[in-house]
Amino acid sequence: MSDTPHHSAAFVRTTPLPPAPPPATERGAIKWIRENLTSTPANAVMTVLSLVAIYYVLAFVMPWLLNGVWNAGSIRECREIAAGSGGGCFAVLTERWHQLLFGRYPQDAYWRPTLAFVLLFAAIAPVLFQNLPRKLMIFTALYPFVAYWLVWGGTILTPVFALLGFVVGYVVYSRLVDKSFAMGFFGGLLAAIVTWWVTGFASDAGSGLLALEQVESREIGGFMLNMILGTVCVSLSLPLGIVLALGRQSSMPIIKWICVVFIEFIRGVPLITLLFVANVVLAYFLPPGTNFDLILRVIIMITMFAAAYIAEVIRGGLAALPRGQYEAADSLGLDYPQAMRLIILPQALKISIPGIVNVAVGLFKDTTLVSIIAMFDLVGMIRGPILASTDWNGVYWELLGFAAVLFFVVCYGISQYSQWLERQLQTDRR
Amino acid sequence: MTTLTDPPQESFRLSMLLNDTRYRSYTFQFIALIGVFLFIGWLISNAAQNLEDLGQDISFGFLGEAAGYDINQRPIEYNSQDTHLRASIVGVLNTLIVAFLGCITATVFGVIAGILRLSNNWIVARLMAVYVEAFRNVPVLIWILIIFFIMTASLPAPRAFRGDEPAATMLFDAFAFTNRGVYAPKPIWEAGSMIVVITFLLSVAGIFAYRRYATKLLYDTGRLLPTFWPSVALFFVPTILMYFIMGRPISLEYPEMSGFNFTGGMQVRGSLIALWFALAIYTGAFIAENVRAGILAISKGQTEAAASLGLRPNRIMNLVILPQALRVIIPPLISQYLNLTKNSSLAIAVGYMDVTGTLGGITLNQTGRAIEAILLLMLFYLTISLAISAIMNVYNNAVKLKER
Repeated sequence: MSDTPHHSAAFVRTTPLPPAPPPATERGAIKWIRENLTSTPANAVMTVLSLVAIYYVLAFVMPWLLNGVWNAGSIRECREIAAGSGGGCFAVLTERWHQLLFGRYPQDAYWRPTLAFVLLFAAIAPVLFQNLPRKLMIFTALYPFVAYWLVWGGTILTPVFALLGFVVGYVVYSRLVDKSFAMGFFGGLLAAIVTWWVTGFASDAGSGLLALEQVESREIGGFMLNMILGTVCVSLSLPLGIVLALGRQSSMPIIKWICVVFIEFIRGVPLITLLFVANVVLAYFLPPGTNFDLILRVIIMITMFAAAYIAEVIRGGLAALPRGQYEAADSLGLDYPQAMRLIILPQALKISIPGIVNVAVGLFKDTTLVSIIAMFDLVGMIRGPILASTDWNGVYWELLGFAAVLFFVVCYGISQYSQWLERQLQTDRR
Repeated sequence: MTTLTDPPQESFRLSMLLNDTRYRSYTFQFIALIGVFLFIGWLISNAAQNLEDLGQDISFGFLGEAAGYDINQRPIEYNSQDTHLRASIVGVLNTLIVAFLGCITATVFGVIAGILRLSNNWIVARLMAVYVEAFRNVPVLIWILIIFFIMTASLPAPRAFRGDEPAATMLFDAFAFTNRGVYAPKPIWEAGSMIVVITFLLSVAGIFAYRRYATKLLYDTGRLLPTFWPSVALFFVPTILMYFIMGRPISLEYPEMSGFNFTGGMQVRGSLIALWFALAIYTGAFIAENVRAGILAISKGQTEAAASLGLRPNRIMNLVILPQALRVIIPPLISQYLNLTKNSSLAIAVGYMDVTGTLGGITLNQTGRAIEAILLLMLFYLTISLAISAIMNVYNNAVKLKER
């Protein structure tokens, strides 16, 4: 007599149970909080402390931002309107934004630096993003001359002739470079100088042609000055830095030592002493009677400063290249300039791009130091004319906070770009 | 039959200086050397001509003249009748003080922020990321000014501490934060205090000696001595004992309100605190990134290998991870110290009298000796940075991976 279980059991499951959902503490937001905020008692304490800190900061900052006064003529008016609500006096920004951004630049010409600023993006785009068409580089090459004409004004002949000198120099160089690099280089240089010398007379004659209103260098200020110093000095210091780095790696002892002394000297002193040199000492070392713009003297010193740092970055890139690359270039029978131009530098520069970008960010931040030698950049404008005026004496947070935000946006943007680029370069090297 | 013959020995010809790579480098170097000499000569002749036109000369005699200006923060005796040289030395000391304080504080900030940024606590890691990004991406000059204005514009004046119902109160009855600076207790050294200090220094040396001995014992015999509590005991016990044996020779002088200002105690100027704190917090953000990179550079395999050898977590950290991470962290750390020292020249923006403020500021303006003053200023900074680089090279050689 057999009794099958089928008949004795009331119910037999034929399909497997679906998995039970994880317990409430192991899923969703609760799990996330358990793992990320309160995994250990110490962690929980730190979470609470952080929340308290965030609360205090917000309790201080939010009323300041939200109750801020944006329309008032002076700090006293501001305080009356805010009337103890803790609101900030942002009216200083709406009233003095032109000083903060443009310094004492003539008001009816603000479109010129603004246009130059917008064109800057178009000009550096092909440099920053390798997948854009290479033809855009032509505009990048033209940009410095356009920007100079827009910002400083004067006749268009000056930048055009300057450009002409470069073009003539390049044509001569490309004709002669097949014979030898040195011949091409010096031939091009000579041709450019001759062109500039000849056209110098012509630009005096045609000083009215397509002339924008001339703007004195000392009228340029505010954040514009920081931008100008930053872009000009970084772009000028790059070629100088490459030359210094190659010189330091050179096998010729005298050339090497000249570069080492220059680099170590510049890196050993603070930028502020170099700016003092630009301000008070440089004039002693120039031929008697020469007197050129403070802004130009500052550009020279900051460029030297940045070049020394960039040289060290590029030296790292050169050292990181495998020895085989140098030997391969030798075995192909390339001479030194060819090997550097065609084999070594393209690879070394690619490796050192993130480092160069870091130097550029640091340099851009350091352009605020010119306020100490009485140039009116963004910080100089705040410390000088605005805080010294009776209307706005005492508005520290709003002004310095504004400056901090402007610098943060630019510098954070550049450093994010550098990290993006680093990832790009990493993928194609693996 | 072929024979190998030596290639014909060419005698040296002048054209080989240009055409032969063996000799061409001499030509280049010679030209470069001449060029540099000509350039320097040109600069010097210009300077000589300019100085002659202005009726000036180069002389360091001004260093011996009376300075005639006051310095508000002076670590050594100084008054306005002292020489420019002494004023410069006060400046140098002030620079060194703020650099030293800044480096220590920056290291503390940086190490804490760097480690916390790697924490598995989400909110703490994010907060530290915000700190690092906010401070790295804004010029240090702006931070110095912001903290300086907090110190001078937001803190109460000393007279707010007056009366029975003062508007502001002192912290622990010892520290007063005013817009003229921070007033803190000042230690008074009486006879016999030197012995206490020496005892303290000796016990610190003793801690190191004991730890060294414990490590040696561990490596030689495998016996493990406790290190933490004996170090703590060595740190406190002998000094406190000696303090009471010598009859309490060190006492604190507290700042007290008298009239409209504080007397007694130690006044730390707002400018020093602003500079110190701003430099520390700014450099700390950079150090945090170095520390983070150093810890991340040690591969996970190292931790796992150490664990598989049976080491406990704190010993893994001390014996395996830290020694390797430090090799990555220390060189950029030292260059951050160097940066901090150079950035301390921004003292001039808040009126802290460091060497840039005295020698490169007031002395230069009063005497008009721009070339000499700035030359000395640069030499000072150059000496410091070369000295630190030299130390760094020694350290790098010491911790270099010993490869065969």
